[in-house]
Amino acid sequence: MQATDTHGAIDAVWRIESPRLIAGLMRIVRDLGVAEDLAQDALVAALEQWPQSGIPDNPGAWLMATAKHRAIDRFRRSTRLERKLDEVGRELAFKEMAVPDLVSALDDQVGDDLLRLVFVSCHPVLSKEAQVALTLRLLGGLTTGEIARGFLVPERTIAQRIVRAKRTLSEAHIPFEVPRGAELSGRLTSVLEVIYLIFNEGYSATSGDDWLRPALCEDALRLGRILAECAPREPEVHGLVALMEIQASRSRARVGPTGEPILLLEQNRGQWDQLLIHRGLTALERAEKLGAAFGPYVLQAAIAACHARALTAEDTEWTRIVALYDALAQITPSPIVELNRAVALAMAFGPQAGLEVVDSLTSEPSLKAYHLLPSVRGELLSRLGRFDEARVEFENAAALTGNGRERTMLLERARVCTNPPSA
Amino acid sequence: MRFMMLMIPKGYEKAEAGTVPSAEAVKAMMKYNESLQKAGVLLALDGLHPPAAGARVTFAGGKAKVTDGPFAEAKEVLGGYWMIQVKSREEAIEWAKRCPGDDCIVEVRQVQEMSDFPADVQEAAAGFTELQSGQRNKG
Repeated sequence: MQATDTHGAIDAVWRIESPRLIAGLMRIVRDLGVAEDLAQDALVAALEQWPQSGIPDNPGAWLMATAKHRAIDRFRRSTRLERKLDEVGRELAFKEMAVPDLVSALDDQVGDDLLRLVFVSCHPVLSKEAQVALTLRLLGGLTTGEIARGFLVPERTIAQRIVRAKRTLSEAHIPFEVPRGAELSGRLTSVLEVIYLIFNEGYSATSGDDWLRPALCEDALRLGRILAECAPREPEVHGLVALMEIQASRSRARVGPTGEPILLLEQNRGQWDQLLIHRGLTALERAEKLGAAFGPYVLQAAIAACHARALTAEDTEWTRIVALYDALAQITPSPIVELNRAVALAMAFGPQAGLEVVDSLTSEPSLKAYHLLPSVRGELLSRLGRFDEARVEFENAAALTGNGRERTMLLERARVCTNPPSA
Repeated sequence: MRFMMLMIPKGYEKAEAGTVPSAEAVKAMMKYNESLQKAGVLLALDGLHPPAAGARVTFAGGKAKVTDGPFAEAKEVLGGYWMIQVKSREEAIEWAKRCPGDDCIVEVRQVQEMSDFPADVQEAAAGFTELQSGQRNKG
């Protein structure tokens, strides 16, 4: 095997093994900086040895054993200087675990450890940006370079963000544990937010960009699927996975040949990825079977599922979507949810019903610069035959959008209003 | 990117109709399947009945001819597949290496995406994804 081939294979092993490796080490050393250093040491050793020796049969166990030896060396050095009791205890804990036992013990605990690691990476003591970078690095197995390209920032920025995050966690003595009781739900929300943020970062990057940006969708899906197996009793986790699978199923259909965005109802449903839809609907079922009241992700997934199930746009079950938006507006009231509810109302009960809700949003400060508000209002007005008002709204929307292709589309709609087809 | 890991068990070409793997083999395989699932890479998987219960439709000179299994001339036949989503060909191979295979071949093949084709082929294949969904909707 060529050295370059081996390096490619080592990268692959790293992507597969590093989350479990770091999580396993973290359980023993309880410090993310130390755990990651040890894992990196093991990676360096692999890069030195594997090109000659070949990749071992069980590379994960090899990496863990190597990291373990480094850890013991490290503790010995530090205990010679300052023989702290707890470190001696840790050394003993290491020694008691012979390598094969360590591996099987890890196998059982690996899910728990990964889950703990997710909660540490998404700890509220860190900024959202730091949570995202750390999660992609530790759970996604991405390099700082890959994260930097995904988020269009210099690699140094990501590296610094990660270093600072690890320091913050260490200084704040964040425990390596899954939060319990009342704390759990808030902390879980933070984890789900991080994953969905990664997904949306990839989803908003359309054609022409670096492929690593859309790849963030796949990274987020992978993280979500991992989390769903670590925390199978949490309906919102399955809800988020369902939502992402269904949204990802439309990625082929949502951009036209020249890169222009295509709205949901105008998409060619034949291009939707049926495998991902099937996975999304299955994840949604898993959430529903848990029997809890629907949280925001389950509700959004249920809405996405209504679209996914409809063979044509006309088949969409709009009254069900209205009901789901009603429920969503109850638990997470926001002007954006209201705007979406207005669209569903218009589809279910006619443009006037939607317009009444939209009109109540026009004074909403948070939507002042949001191009979809005038865009939706323009659409409803034009359906009501109020073309002069509609034209003004489309022009407003065009002035607000940051997307060139969308602007072109909106200006075209405004132009049509000056000369409506059959007023 | 998506890859298929194609399982080609040795001797499956001669297996009798109705042959199913032992509970022990299934147990080992389930552990592997779960590891794929837990790593968030598994999209789909299926196992196939032996060719003895299948049929081949061969086309010679554009004419369809049906032959019932088993197929005497077949040296390697499929026993099942996994569809996985990974970052690289190397990662797909790394997953294939972890399969609890005894006497088998696991072939790793990348799934074609529309974006892999030049513009003229994409145009010719314009209805392909519709076909995929049509087939699945019927199934």
